[in-house]
Amino acid sequence: MIRIEGVTKRFGNTEVLKKTDLEIRRGEIFTLIGPSGSGKTTLLRLIDLLETPTSGRIVFDGTDTAVPDAEKITFRRRMGMVFQKPAVLNTTVAENVAFGLKFRGVDRAQSAQRVKSALEQVGLLGFEERRAVTLSGGEMQRVAIARAIVTGPEVLLLDEPTANLDPVSSAIIEDLLIRINSGQHTTIILATHDMIQGQRLAHRIGVIMDGRLAQAGTLHEIFYQPMGKEVARFVGIDTVLTGVVVTNERGHATVALGNASFEVVTPCGPGVTVTLYIRPEEVTLSLPEPGVPRTSARNRIAGTITRMVPLGPFIRVTVDCGMPITALITARSCGELGLASGMTVVAGVKASAIHVRADAG
Amino acid sequence: MDEIITGVTQAINLIITLNPEVLQVALLSLTISLSATLLAAVISIPAGGFIHFYAFRGKGVLITIIQTLYSVPTVVVGLLIYLMISRSGPFGFLGLLFTPAGMIVGQTVLIIPIMMGLVIAALGGVDRNISDTLVSLGATGFQSIVQIVREARYAILSAVILGFGRAISEVGVAMMIGGNIRGETRVLTTSIALETGMGNFAFSIALGIILLIIALVIVILMNIVTRRHAP
Repeated sequence: MIRIEGVTKRFGNTEVLKKTDLEIRRGEIFTLIGPSGSGKTTLLRLIDLLETPTSGRIVFDGTDTAVPDAEKITFRRRMGMVFQKPAVLNTTVAENVAFGLKFRGVDRAQSAQRVKSALEQVGLLGFEERRAVTLSGGEMQRVAIARAIVTGPEVLLLDEPTANLDPVSSAIIEDLLIRINSGQHTTIILATHDMIQGQRLAHRIGVIMDGRLAQAGTLHEIFYQPMGKEVARFVGIDTVLTGVVVTNERGHATVALGNASFEVVTPCGPGVTVTLYIRPEEVTLSLPEPGVPRTSARNRIAGTITRMVPLGPFIRVTVDCGMPITALITARSCGELGLASGMTVVAGVKASAIHVRADAG
Repeated sequence: MDEIITGVTQAINLIITLNPEVLQVALLSLTISLSATLLAAVISIPAGGFIHFYAFRGKGVLITIIQTLYSVPTVVVGLLIYLMISRSGPFGFLGLLFTPAGMIVGQTVLIIPIMMGLVIAALGGVDRNISDTLVSLGATGFQSIVQIVREARYAILSAVILGFGRAISEVGVAMMIGGNIRGETRVLTTSIALETGMGNFAFSIALGIILLIIALVIVILMNIVTRRHAP
């Protein structure tokens, strides 16, 4: 649907988007995740043709979008965009939602009907005659979404659409996006700094870090097979360790890290420096016991608890095993085991739960 | 002190009894200044829009010049227009000197800078996100300009009202271009200047009160407009 080929964007001397190649497929929900200020907004603005790439090109449905400004409107009218800070015009809600239709010359009767249906979809039916500037932030955001979908765009771009919303309104918006995507086959590109939201909605994810598209792929690829330490940290992989493969027997390898060693699954041969990524929910904690441990987890390392951070029903426990290993365990387990800072525990990780990447160079 | 009290009493009497001369002067003032305001608005709004929406060399300098001209002395404009339309001037053939039409031209020139400057400021005050939003909603260049002007409508109206305020209250242009001819080009401000000089205080006070009433109406209008403008 949209192909981004070697696109860069500079503002003055700052390169806000480094060379990016990306393909958005028709009908998918693609989320762009990354910290604030990483370049997500710039990429969305480039796709909506509000900015012109400094180099590279953007191909929309097989056609190069590098045309004179006045002709860009034909591409733009096939898209809808919701900005992070919704701007409403100083008039009624209904008129605000109708602008896109008015610009396209849709007649009044049909326009009124479509506005009504769009407002119904965002849960603002009955708000037609309200003055838009008097609405709350969340309501304005929903007006902005209604305004973008009322024209039936093929591609819907959303920049942090739920950043200013309460959890209930956010959930309404997320449901709406899923419905629009599955019902009308609208391609949706959504930028969010909320990794969980990205995960919840997306068919595929792109991670943008510091103006660079660090990785694009399926949920599993992004969350379990990150292509670098920055991506790993952003998607919640707290334990990132570097070591050297010592032995490898038909894919079952041993990696040495200082005094400790890990058993992992990797094709990398002996001598190769590798990085191990371990998601905190893959780490189990148990109390040390004498004799042969009764577990299938291949890696068991004793260490001292250095930090415990409560996260709702979970607790994130960091254990110093010569290297820090972080586990996410339920508060209930934590209570039953009587875990506390300074205690000695055994961290267990299955060999198959460790993502291994050979270091470049 | 007595003089003032007698003056005010007589003035109120002149207004209540609708003294024909007072009425004529007040109506002429309103006609000339309203015409000048309308003419200035027709020129300033599109010109201000052009300056705001288009990027060109010297834009910043031009805006600074316009802002400087906000406070151009009325007599300087009077002098300039006088030189232009006097018998020997380039537009002398139009016969505008000492006519209401000439005064309209003078006041128009006087208030164009403040009106245009405030129109530019009004358009600049529209959230930048609005123009991005309009463009992304598929507006053509023209469609988005129309919407932005509409968005700034209350601020633009304030600019027009302020321009009218400057026109009705000025004395330099009216005196130099109009010549203060009784029954022809004598307006509120020039009348006050003349009658006061002749010791005819009651008449001056009556006209002064009328001017203040007009000012009051302007303030009330402005307040209504700004209140509607506020979210």
